Amino acid sequence: MTADFLLNLAQAIINGLLTGMVYGLMALGLSVIFGVMRIVNFAHGEMMVVGMYLAWMGFEYLQVSPMLSLPVIAALFFGAGYILQRSLISPFIGRPEHQQFLLLLAVAILLVNASLAIAGPDSRGVQMESQFDSYELGPLVFDAVRLHAALAAVAIALLLWLFFTRTRTGKSIRAAADNNLAALVVGLDVRRLYSFTFGIGAACVGAAGALMITIIPVSPFLAVEYTLLAFVIVIVGGLGSMTGALLGGLLIGVSEAVAGLLLQPSLKSMFSFGLLILVLLLRPQGLLGKGSQ
Amino acid sequence: MSFIRRLVGNAPPRILWSLAILLALLLVAPALLGKYWLSVLILILYFAFVGQAWNILMGFAGQLSLGHALYAGLGGYIAAGLYFHYGIGPWAGVFAAVVVAGMAGAIVGYLGFRFSLAGVYFALLTIAFSEFTRVAFDHWEWAGGSGGLFLKVEAVTDIINLRGGPVLFYYVILGLAAGAFILCRALLQSRLGQYWLAIREDAEAAQAVGVPVLRCKMIAIVISAALTALAGVWNAFYYNNLFPETAFAMGRSIEITLAPIIGGLGTLFGPIVGAVVLTGLGEAFTDLGDVLRIPGIKQIFYGLALLVIVMYRPAGVWPWLADKLGLKERQP
Repeated sequence: MTADFLLNLAQAIINGLLTGMVYGLMALGLSVIFGVMRIVNFAHGEMMVVGMYLAWMGFEYLQVSPMLSLPVIAALFFGAGYILQRSLISPFIGRPEHQQFLLLLAVAILLVNASLAIAGPDSRGVQMESQFDSYELGPLVFDAVRLHAALAAVAIALLLWLFFTRTRTGKSIRAAADNNLAALVVGLDVRRLYSFTFGIGAACVGAAGALMITIIPVSPFLAVEYTLLAFVIVIVGGLGSMTGALLGGLLIGVSEAVAGLLLQPSLKSMFSFGLLILVLLLRPQGLLGKGSQ
Repeated sequence: MSFIRRLVGNAPPRILWSLAILLALLLVAPALLGKYWLSVLILILYFAFVGQAWNILMGFAGQLSLGHALYAGLGGYIAAGLYFHYGIGPWAGVFAAVVVAGMAGAIVGYLGFRFSLAGVYFALLTIAFSEFTRVAFDHWEWAGGSGGLFLKVEAVTDIINLRGGPVLFYYVILGLAAGAFILCRALLQSRLGQYWLAIREDAEAAQAVGVPVLRCKMIAIVISAALTALAGVWNAFYYNNLFPETAFAMGRSIEITLAPIIGGLGTLFGPIVGAVVLTGLGEAFTDLGDVLRIPGIKQIFYGLALLVIVMYRPAGVWPWLADKLGLKERQP
């Protein structure tokens, strides 16, 4: 245990925490959709990849920084999610899980291959000037891009929390999530709320994509990995719990970074899946999830 | 004879005749078909077989597994590894493969069912085990690691070591598919099969009337995993290579689930019809993709086809087709 090693470890944990915030935002989208509609979005990683591509295109062709294109991408994703729910997914609510799975699998195949057809199979990254900037705190280094991405993710999560606790629509969505029938009885337009919810979930993952492209380059093959990652995070944190998704994101971000440091980087996902298996068996409702499945 | 009579049950004669003609045609198919069409038929039979295996767990017992690549991968790796390292032929190696995959199924099943994980949670558990194993095999030298395991391609036909051309593999997979079909029919006719359907429809009610739910689910996953391992062994020797990235990939697991879901979950003909539909679409779109020369275009059409099928035939193609053709089995 040298001081050097401890420093490296602390540095890995910092990087893990910062990336973990963006993971958390991505998983938040999945968690919101599941929490309200009981639909598992198997196209989540594919949506993330589309968000990354849009931010990359904005940077490459319009010279707009991903941070600035983020609101536009989130708005586009909200609209797309709203329409997707209204047109395709709505009839599948309450249907057997395998039918929902097949529907979203088809959506996933379409999204990822449309990206492939448009942008090609090569990795695409953004080269920004701030890429090499960093803030130093004593011996520790905070990558500027990671730090900005993490702060933006926190800010968006905060906005979302305000939306769900302070606005009428947000409260109505929570009511519909708690008790669908009662929400209908008191006259809430549950169908519209569901579309709204899917839009919000999609906006989260779109925003997370715009942030993620500043950290790593995008390729269509990342999609499955992100879908799995989002599953791991929300199960570990607790499906349907917003704080749980963020906590899960941090946990997985750190565990990946530390596993990459202590073991081989290629072993890091084994770590995450091991964690997933443990949580599923010992506390299937997740760390912060409540009550029955 | 009584076994056969029970197997036939109330099936309408029309369906029996159709099956007999289909089997006869399949037996002579290699003599009639060219290389390309034989390879397509092999693909159809493979997906029909592995779909039948998956259908036992999901279609009969109602447990959604999205990690069946685990059993196919384990089966393939064990038989191929035994042959590669020790020269033990697949007809012997297949026993080890089936036992290991069955045990893996038992472990996943016991953990999942014991802690009563159901639906999405069980599905995620199966994905996690499959992914976990994928990364483990990436780092396991005996199995070739991430660089893959390759079997030598030999020109001679050697049935003992399952080395040879497409015709050999065609008859093996035909035998497996036909065997699985008969096995599934027998299972459905048995008490166990009735228990499974009861569990699928309402596990709590089944438990209440005395169905041994945990044991029945365990039997389902072990049979399903063991059959899937057979498909994995066949696959490994047919393609002569194995990579953790593909053998245990989530994509492989999903591939296994598609034919039965598209064809009709829980039905005997569903996996077969689904395999025909999906392989047919896949081949047609490959040709189209070759013409259009846009990356991913084949998959885009494939995705659209899946979307259309799940929206308009959510219960699968076969139940609708059977109704149209008047092939519905009379209820006893």
